[in-house]
Amino acid sequence: MAAVKALSVFVAGLVFGAGLLLSGMANPDKVLGFFVIGPRWDPSLAFVMGGALLAAFPLYRIAHRRDRSLTGEPLAQPDETGINARLAIGAALFGAGWGLAGICPGPAVVALPFAPVQVGVFLVSMLLGWAVVRRRPRS
Amino acid sequence: MSSFLHPLLGGLLIGSAAGGLRLANGSIAGISGIFGTGLLRREGGWQRVFLLGLIAAALAWLVFLPADRPPQALLGYPLSRLVAAGLLVGAGTALGNGCTSGHGVCGLARLSLRSLFAVAVFMATAEAVVWLDLARWLR
Repeated sequence: MAAVKALSVFVAGLVFGAGLLLSGMANPDKVLGFFVIGPRWDPSLAFVMGGALLAAFPLYRIAHRRDRSLTGEPLAQPDETGINARLAIGAALFGAGWGLAGICPGPAVVALPFAPVQVGVFLVSMLLGWAVVRRRPRS
Repeated sequence: MSSFLHPLLGGLLIGSAAGGLRLANGSIAGISGIFGTGLLRREGGWQRVFLLGLIAAALAWLVFLPADRPPQALLGYPLSRLVAAGLLVGAGTALGNGCTSGHGVCGLARLSLRSLFAVAVFMATAEAVVWLDLARWLR
């Protein structure tokens, strides 16, 4: 991997991680507080999503107006198989896990140095669940 | 004050990093996929660099802001809750092709209808799990 590409990816990870910690996304109490219905509702998460889209939307517009990325890579085309049962079941299972613990994948990775045992258990379980679904035929 | 300022600023950082990654490298900042591919696939080179950036952000936070520990609550979680949540998050994001970052930030920034549907579903199930307090069975 070229040095410029590696550096830009590393900086993106660094800024993303700082954002997760600053925003409260890596604080399970705040995340679960967003899902509480009633006077104890914590609206923080709405500001996180709002801020994230405010920044990401224009950058995506600029990126999509170009043929290739700044480092010359083609733009990755995400899976667009449409809205189907697989998507619905997957999103439902993911939401159930998120609501159970208050952490999703990004916040779990940045939380690792703060609670290595607990987050280690969560991440190994997550990898196991991911691998079971994504196991690829031998090549 | 920080009740909305920190979430908003953190969200702006998250969105800038996600948009910056798309513009610079053409990649989608979906952490569930980055984590699974980075740890389980030989070809996941840039994914591993991004994960190092996330961890570096956490370590820098621990050095410079040692008194503020957003993921603190995780230290009190029983293993059963961490395992159940991890398996659901891993399998769900593999099936549904994304989590809060991939569908919630990047997908919505691309105006993907598929991602909007996924976000609505996982928000609803997270809400239901918190409302039913399903975590009480995992203490």
